[in-house]
Amino acid sequence: MKTTTMLASAAIVASLSATAFTVNAGEITVMSWGGAYTKSQVEAYYKPWMAATGHKLKSVDAPNPAAPIKAQVTAKNVSIDVADVEYSDAVRYCDEGLLETIDAKQLPAAPDGTSAEDDFIEGALTDCAVANIVWSTIFAYDASKISGAKPTTMADFFDTKKFPGKRGLRKGAKANLEMALMADGVPAGEVYKVLGTSDGVKRAFAKMAQIKSDIVWWEAGAQAPQLLADGEVLMTTAYNGRIFNAAVDENKPFVIVWDGQILDFDLYVIPKGAPNKELALEFIKYATDTQRLADQAKYIAYGPARKSSAPLIGLFMDGKTKMGPHMPTAPANMKNALVNNFEFWADRDSELNERFNAWITAN
Amino acid sequence: MDEPTAFVEFRNVQKSYDGETLVVKDFNLAIARGEFVTMLGPSGSGKTTCLMMLAGFEPATHGEILLGGKPINDVPPHKRGIGMVFQNYALFPHMSVAENLAFPLMVRKIPAAEIEQKVSRALEMVELPEFGKRRPAQLSGGQQQRVAVARALVFDPELILMDEPLGALDKQLREQMQYEIKHLHETLGITMVYVTHDQSEALTMSDRIAVFNDGVVQQLATPSELYEKPENAFVASFIGENNRLNGAVSSVEGSVCVVDLDGGGTVRAAKVNVDGVGARASLSIRPERIELAPESGSMANEFRGRIEDLIYLGDHIRVRMSVAGTDEFIVKVRNTASRGNLKKGDEMSVGWHSEDCRALDPIEV
Amino acid sequence: MTVSAADSIDPGVPLVTPDGRPLKLALAQATRRARIRAFALVVPLLLFVLVTFAFPIGQMLYLSIHNPVFSDHMPRLTAYLTEHPDVQVPGEEGFAALALDLADAKKNRTAGRIGTRVNYERPGSNSLFKSSARKAAKFKGPPYKEKLLEIRSDWGEPHLWNVMRRASAQHTLDFYAAALDLTHDENGDLSQVSPERRIYVRLFWRTLFLSAVIAFLCLLLGYPVAHLLATLPLRYSNLLMILVLLPFWTSLLVRTTSWIALMQSQGVINDILVTLGIVGDDGRVQMMYNQFGTIIAMTHILLPFMILPLYSVMKTIPPSYVRAARSLGATPLTAFIKVYFPQTTPGIGAGILLVFILAIGYYITPALVGGSSGQLISNQIAFHMQKSLNWSLAAALGAILLFMVILLYWVYDRLVGVDKMKLG
Repeated sequence: MKTTTMLASAAIVASLSATAFTVNAGEITVMSWGGAYTKSQVEAYYKPWMAATGHKLKSVDAPNPAAPIKAQVTAKNVSIDVADVEYSDAVRYCDEGLLETIDAKQLPAAPDGTSAEDDFIEGALTDCAVANIVWSTIFAYDASKISGAKPTTMADFFDTKKFPGKRGLRKGAKANLEMALMADGVPAGEVYKVLGTSDGVKRAFAKMAQIKSDIVWWEAGAQAPQLLADGEVLMTTAYNGRIFNAAVDENKPFVIVWDGQILDFDLYVIPKGAPNKELALEFIKYATDTQRLADQAKYIAYGPARKSSAPLIGLFMDGKTKMGPHMPTAPANMKNALVNNFEFWADRDSELNERFNAWITAN
Repeated sequence: MDEPTAFVEFRNVQKSYDGETLVVKDFNLAIARGEFVTMLGPSGSGKTTCLMMLAGFEPATHGEILLGGKPINDVPPHKRGIGMVFQNYALFPHMSVAENLAFPLMVRKIPAAEIEQKVSRALEMVELPEFGKRRPAQLSGGQQQRVAVARALVFDPELILMDEPLGALDKQLREQMQYEIKHLHETLGITMVYVTHDQSEALTMSDRIAVFNDGVVQQLATPSELYEKPENAFVASFIGENNRLNGAVSSVEGSVCVVDLDGGGTVRAAKVNVDGVGARASLSIRPERIELAPESGSMANEFRGRIEDLIYLGDHIRVRMSVAGTDEFIVKVRNTASRGNLKKGDEMSVGWHSEDCRALDPIEV
Repeated sequence: MTVSAADSIDPGVPLVTPDGRPLKLALAQATRRARIRAFALVVPLLLFVLVTFAFPIGQMLYLSIHNPVFSDHMPRLTAYLTEHPDVQVPGEEGFAALALDLADAKKNRTAGRIGTRVNYERPGSNSLFKSSARKAAKFKGPPYKEKLLEIRSDWGEPHLWNVMRRASAQHTLDFYAAALDLTHDENGDLSQVSPERRIYVRLFWRTLFLSAVIAFLCLLLGYPVAHLLATLPLRYSNLLMILVLLPFWTSLLVRTTSWIALMQSQGVINDILVTLGIVGDDGRVQMMYNQFGTIIAMTHILLPFMILPLYSVMKTIPPSYVRAARSLGATPLTAFIKVYFPQTTPGIGAGILLVFILAIGYYITPALVGGSSGQLISNQIAFHMQKSLNWSLAAALGAILLFMVILLYWVYDRLVGVDKMKLG
């Protein structure tokens, strides 16, 4: 399910103009998640970087880039130079020694001179990873399918009596258990405390059990808006950027409910033993500077990981949609938001996923 | 052929597989109870198709087939009560010999004790009493053949069909089986319809033979009649060895006609199947009816010939000669003491009686 | 019986050739060149099979019992635990080994891997190891036990020490235990995991059951088709054969997604049912994302594997057998049951075995159309390969699956005989 997009035309343009800058043009391979997300990175990072430096960049996609990294590093046959991974994987792999360390001091400072360490949102820099975006797991519905009162809270998502219909959820324990607890009335600030107890886990599963027979599971991020568009589900959890693109770019009547959103970072990492380590670091430095992060918001509704990028966010590429209110980090969207706790998941991932798998496969 | 005694009867039967060509054209045949009738012909002549129509595996396109006076066109095969022996025996490979023999009895819901008795009697009949527990694959070809015959007989059918049953056996075994089948037919007195392309097999076993060619019965007669008195050139050439001379009829005198040969000379021949003066004819003379150096004037037809080839065959000598413009003229000479001095290249006279030379429809080769 | 010359010779005396060499030796020499040539011809394939098949499977089997993460990165503690097999929670000596190893782990950035290994059996260990390693790196010296217990009281837990002791073994059957829903309880005895975590045994049974259902459905649907293929005139049967093979020429993904397009609740079949008024718009039948979807899609995909062996067997059965049976008085049904069907059993055996074994290992199709109730054990293997990254558990699950297939093959051999199988 890996697709390779060789950015041929861009590469040609880049290499033509490149002769002026560099003599030895290199090539790196960057792995991301595919769909509108990869597209936004191509536009905001890859093409400008190739044009500016004359290097080539090969873009490949995977449903979760973390999986091939572990396989490649373990097999000592690494072909990926840069990968875009989730927070918990970035931390876990760093701890397991699967990633190169990245010294935050090397990253460019903000235009006003603020050092990178101060400019990035708290938690956006780790020993081995540099965050580029803040994304969130939200739920969305198809407004044309719901007449009368619309869902507004996480509790509505789990209420199939009030809003009868199928629900799409990502197949996995993460995010679902937190959402179930929030729907059951646990405030965002206490979710991980409750989930840390066995009663809390039971409570989360009990909440999910209420809608179990109505759940359609999705795995790749692109599936969620597709399920919604096909009418297979009435509401689905999804990554906010995917829904935004379907709604604004493809004019789907999809509406995001921000209540109970779960914020997370996506981070750039360099797998240990990457073939072009230095060039990979150059790319990360370029892609995560203030302007580039702000540019990405032009193509997808994920928030920049640098504070200095926020004022630079302008209009969507359609030239009329203001991106500010669509950012997960917009104040209006943050009223009942949860930040993903990677420590919790690093400890409980295998146990809870095992239990989750047992739960969903039970008849 | 509308005798009331007919047990099996084909009436104006036609068969086509594709709606364009007929593989059987207007077939008529009446078989009496207890008769052994063979359908003989080259492959593709329609003989097997006729057998399959009788067995019920192929529907007749036109015409009626009667068994015991009743039409059976719409009777399915398993209700016709006809025993059949197939070309490759079709013994069920997953059953033992005894189970094979018991099969027709079992489907008739005959009590087990009676089945056992009949099976062992059938095995004794074909002289294989010890082989009941074996699988067909463990038997020799001849043994399989006998089991196949026994299986077709075990449920006491009144009619047995055999489709080239001896084709897979070697010559010696084949001759022995011919004798055994004939013997069974005689002792049991059942009606048999037998299909073969081997004329000697047909001649040995049959009461009557239907010679097929091109979907049509060429002649239906007893073996001796077929051999001695073929009604057309196809039968003459298909059954037994045969010298053929082509020519045109110049005059007719009662049952005898005079034919001017294409290769020169005239022949007096029995008028069998020619239209009249001026018609083309092909003359058929059996090689054993020709005499070498006959006493002058003793025979109606005399020609000069030269010996081209001699083949020593023990009891007789085949002599190939050039006679009347053909060098494929075969003469069979009994191996008597005086015949030892024939030599290649010898010139001598040959002669034959006019009644041994039959003027038939022309076959131009 | 004739007595041949060989019978009369004492079997204890080996035969010799006229020049005095033993006959066996002479024969071996005479055929050696031919044997070497024959072997040389198969060498490329042999190497290929070894490298791409035997070696990976061997490695997988080894991975399922071999996990040296703990012993490699905690050498002092491993040595201590080996020397003191009976100690539960150790004293200062053991804690010193632990603290020094943790400090090294911090330096080498391996604490996460060790934690992950222990975490398989004791949730919460990941952060325990990482945070303790961070602090242990700053220890100036003893007393280690006191200092570690101060950081996290978990270090005094006998269960944790039991888990670490088992993890310190390079070779372990723990992953097989986990693959059978078993775990070591607080006392170190094997016991079933809590009911809400039991999954693999159920999935193994479900996989076997669904595979059997699929194999049976394939037989039911494939048998008449194979018969038709074997008996139709050539020009029709060729066309039919192309139709049978057509699915082989289409990508698995395309076929599976077309089933989704057909059978999903907004799909073609449901649309037709709604248009015809058979079901209401709100009563659309759920045919996808459940067991039903898995069965339908997999039956379709595996059908050719049933048809082809059946066809190859049926092709060799002359029509004269059934004709003979009919002429002997059997009705068409009896002729089929008693004569035709028994002769097709080698094809049925081969088809069933082939479809069953393929179905047992299927994963893309159930992943796409199986929803949750149609998931098979292979989906869990994929999960542990790709997501949880617990490769040892994935290998153990895979090894059990492999063992089941071998067992099945053995049973088949005992019951039917593999030599009777006809694959094509």
